[in-house]
Amino acid sequence: MSLFWPVLLIAAASALAAVIRLPERWRVLWALFPGAAFAWVVLSWPDVVGGGQLMATIPWFEELGATVDLRLDAYGGLMAGLVTGVGTLIIIYAAGYMEGSPGGSRLISLLLIFMAAMLGIVVADNLILLFVFWELTSITSYLLVGFSHEKLDSRKKALQALLVTGTGGLALLAGLVLLGIEAGSWQISEIIANADVVMASPHLHGIIVLILLGAFTKSAQFPFHFWLPNAMAAPTPVSAFLHSATMVKAGVFILGRFSPVFSGSEWWHGPVVIAGMVTLLVGAVLGLFQTDLKKILAYTTLAVLGMLTMLIGFGSDLALKSMLVFLIGHALYKAALFMVAGGIDHGAGTRDVWKLGGLRAIMPFTMVAGALAAFSKAGFPPFLGFIGKEYVYKTGTSLDHFAPIFTGAMLLGNMLMFALALKVGWYPFWSQPKEAARGHPHEGSWMMWLPPMVLAVLGLVFGFMTEWTGDTLVIPALAEITGTPMHEHLALWHGVTLPLILSLVTFAGGVMIYRAREYFWKKHDQVDSGPKVENAYDRLLAGTVKFAKRQTRAIQGGALSRYMFIVVGATATLLLWKFVRFQGWPELTWEGRLAPIPVIACIWVMAGAIAAALAQRRLVALLSMGVVGLGITALFVNFGAPDLAITQLLVDGLTVVLLLLVIYRLPPIRVEANKWVIRADAVLSAIMGGLIFALTLSAMQIHVIERVGDTLAQMSYVEAYGRNVVNVILVDFRALDTFGEIIVLAIAAIGVTALLSAKKERSPDED
Amino acid sequence: MKTKSLLFAQMPRVALPLILVLAAVTFYRGHHVPGGGFIGGLVGALAFILVALGQGTEVARKVMRVEPISLLWLGVGIALFSLILGFIGGDGGFHGLWLDEFMVPLIGKVHLGTPMLFDLGVFLTVMGFATKVGFGLQEDNL
Repeated sequence: MSLFWPVLLIAAASALAAVIRLPERWRVLWALFPGAAFAWVVLSWPDVVGGGQLMATIPWFEELGATVDLRLDAYGGLMAGLVTGVGTLIIIYAAGYMEGSPGGSRLISLLLIFMAAMLGIVVADNLILLFVFWELTSITSYLLVGFSHEKLDSRKKALQALLVTGTGGLALLAGLVLLGIEAGSWQISEIIANADVVMASPHLHGIIVLILLGAFTKSAQFPFHFWLPNAMAAPTPVSAFLHSATMVKAGVFILGRFSPVFSGSEWWHGPVVIAGMVTLLVGAVLGLFQTDLKKILAYTTLAVLGMLTMLIGFGSDLALKSMLVFLIGHALYKAALFMVAGGIDHGAGTRDVWKLGGLRAIMPFTMVAGALAAFSKAGFPPFLGFIGKEYVYKTGTSLDHFAPIFTGAMLLGNMLMFALALKVGWYPFWSQPKEAARGHPHEGSWMMWLPPMVLAVLGLVFGFMTEWTGDTLVIPALAEITGTPMHEHLALWHGVTLPLILSLVTFAGGVMIYRAREYFWKKHDQVDSGPKVENAYDRLLAGTVKFAKRQTRAIQGGALSRYMFIVVGATATLLLWKFVRFQGWPELTWEGRLAPIPVIACIWVMAGAIAAALAQRRLVALLSMGVVGLGITALFVNFGAPDLAITQLLVDGLTVVLLLLVIYRLPPIRVEANKWVIRADAVLSAIMGGLIFALTLSAMQIHVIERVGDTLAQMSYVEAYGRNVVNVILVDFRALDTFGEIIVLAIAAIGVTALLSAKKERSPDED
Repeated sequence: MKTKSLLFAQMPRVALPLILVLAAVTFYRGHHVPGGGFIGGLVGALAFILVALGQGTEVARKVMRVEPISLLWLGVGIALFSLILGFIGGDGGFHGLWLDEFMVPLIGKVHLGTPMLFDLGVFLTVMGFATKVGFGLQEDNL
C-alpha cells in the first residue's frame, strides 16, 4: 500500500484545496502535502537504488488486463523526486504569485491534481494505468493553461494544447494496446524484461510509430512543437511546473522507459534522433526572436526537449547518461528561470525585454536566483548544466555515424541556449534601467524568490558534488533505462579534451549571439507573422469544424423522415453486407405446417401495414399501425409468449393514445415529400422488409444443440425462485441490462422535458 | 384539453382505483406468471393518462400527487439500490437475495427479495416515464 499513498496524498490535498478556501497567507501550507510525498520519495531512495524496486498492486479490471500496478524504480524515482520536489516549491511559489488576485485556491488545487497525475505516470507499471494518468495530465493541463478562462485567447491556447496532446494520446493508446497484445502482458516491467517478444512482433513498427506520436506531441517535438510557446498563456507557476520540469518531460520519460524495449530497431532510433535534432534547432533559433521572457523560456524548453529526445535516440549508455544529467539540470534551472520571469512580471509589471532593465538593485534576491539558474543553463562550471553539456559533447563526438553533423547541431543549439539563458537570467537585472515599466518595481515576497533560489542553488550544489550526484542519482536511474548494472561515475573535470574545447567555443559563440540580441528582437514581428506549422493546425481545425457543420446539416436535417431514412438505410446496408460477405442467403425452405391462426394474423398484419403505407391522412396511418400491433399481439399469443403479448398490446395502445394527443397539431402527411422521396422510401422499405425476412429465415435454420432458453428456463425456479422465465431474466439474470434500459428511459424523459420546454420558450421571431 | 363526453369525464373516477389494483396485481404476479414491472408500470400509467384525458392533466397530476419525473428517478434509485444490495450481499456479481417465505392473509405465500425490489424500480420508472410523456404531450404548450 505504501506506494499508493504519495499519489493519494497529493490527490487528497487537491480535493481539500478545492473545498477549503484557506486565507491567502495560509495557502502556502498546501505545500506540506507534496512536501511529505517528496520526503517519502527521498526516504525510499535507498530501496530503489541498485536495481531495487517498490511495488504495489490492487486489482481493477483484471479481465481487461488493467490492474493498478505501481512500481518505483530508480528511473521513475528520479522523476518522482523531480515532480514532488519541484512541485512543493511550485505550490509555495503559486501561493505567493496569486496573492491579491482571485482564484488562488483553484490554481493550487489544479496544480496538485496535475501533480498526482504526473506522479502516477512515473510510477505506473501497467500500460492502461499509464495511459489513464497520461490523459489526466492532458486534461489538467487544459484547465491550467486555460486558467484565465475569461480570456478568449487563453481558452484557445488551452484547447490547442489539449487537442495536440490529446490526439497524440489517442495514438499512444493504440500503441500501448498493440504493445500489450503483442507482448502478452500489460505490466511494463514484464514487457521490458521480455523485450525480444515485442521485437519479434510483426506490428513492431506500428507500435513504435504510435508510441512516438504520443511522446512527441506531449514533449512538443517538431512538428507538434507549436502548442508549447502558446501554452505560455498559463499563469507562470503553471509554466514553471508543467512546461519545464514535468508534463513536457512525460514524453521524454516514456521514451526512456521504452528505450530498452525498442532500442535496436531503426524505426526507433531514426525518427527519435531526427525529431529531436530538428526540435533542438527550431526551438533555439526561434527563441532568438522572442521578446517576452516566458516565450524565450518556452523556446529554450523546446530546444532542451529536442536535445533530450535526440540523446535517447542515440541509445548508447553514454547518450542516456548525458540525457539524465541534462534532464536533472534542466528541471532545476528551467523551473527556476520561469519563476524568476514570473517574479519580474509580478514586480516590474511586464515581461517585455524592451521595457526591462536595471532591476539588480530593486530585486536582489530574484537577481541572484536568476543569475545562478542562468549560469547553470549557460553551462558555466561547476554548475550541473556544465556537466550536462560536457557529456552531451562527449556523446556527440563519440558517435559512429554523422558525428560532425550531430555535434554541430549540439554546438549550435547550446550556443543559442547560452544566449537565451543570459537574456532571461541576466539582462533584466544588469542592462540599463528603462522607465517604461508599469508601477514601482519591487521585490516579491519570500514565497516568490525562495523557490527559484532553492532550485538554482541545487543546480550549483549538484554540480559541485559531481561524484555524489552521479553515484546516487544518475547512475542508478541509468541502470534502469539500459537494463544493466552500471559502475560508472560522473566527473566534473575531464582534462583538456574535445568536449572542453567545444564548451569554450559555445561560450564564445553564445556571448556573440547575446550581444547581437537587439538585432533579432527587432525582427520579432516579421518572424512571428511568417509561415509556421501552426497555420496548418489552424486550417485543419477550421476545416474540421466546417466539415462537421456540413455533415451535421446533411445527416441531421431536422426532418424525422430523413433521420428514419438514414437509420433504416444504414441498418439495411450493414445487413446486406453481412449476408453477401459473410453468411450467404438462407435457403427458401419450409419446415412445419401452416396453422390457421398465424396465417390469419399474418394477413391481418400485412393488411394493416399496406393500409398504413397508403394512408393519405395521419389518423388513418396511425390506426392502421394499431392494427399491425394487434396482429403481432395475436402472433405472440399463438406462439406462447403471453408476456410479450401483453407488453405489445399495452405499448401499442399507449402509442396510439399519445400520438392522438398531438396528431392534430402535425402538418398534413407528405406535405414535404415529392415523388422521388416517396419512391426512395418505398424502395428502402421493401429492401429492409426483405432483409428482415431473410434474417428471420436464417435464424430459423440455425440448429443449436443446446438452446439458451432451455437452460434459463431450467435455472429459473431453482436459482431465482421465479416460474416466469421472461421476468426472471429481466429482473435477475440480466438485471444489469434492464437497469441500463431504465436509465435509457430516464435519459429519454430528460430529452422529452427539454423538447417540450424548448418549444414553450421559443419566441416567434426565432427559428 | 378536456373532453366533452360525460362518460369519459366520469368514468376514471370508478376506473382509476380498479386499474391501479390491476397494475399492482400485474406487477406482483409477474415473478411466476405473465406480468411484472414493465407491464404493471404501463398499466399504472394508463390509469392516470385516462384521468388526464377525461379531466385534464391538472386533475391527473393532483390525483397522482407525485411528479412523474420524481417517480421515474425514484424507480431508478430503487433499482440501483437493489442492485447494490445484491452486489454487497452476494459474493461478487449481482446475486438475488431473498427473505424467507411468509403467509399474508388474503394474498397467500409471500416471497420477497431484491429481484422484486428491482422490478418495483422498473415499475416506477416506466410509470413515471409514460405519465411524463402522456401529460407533457397533452399540456397546451406545443
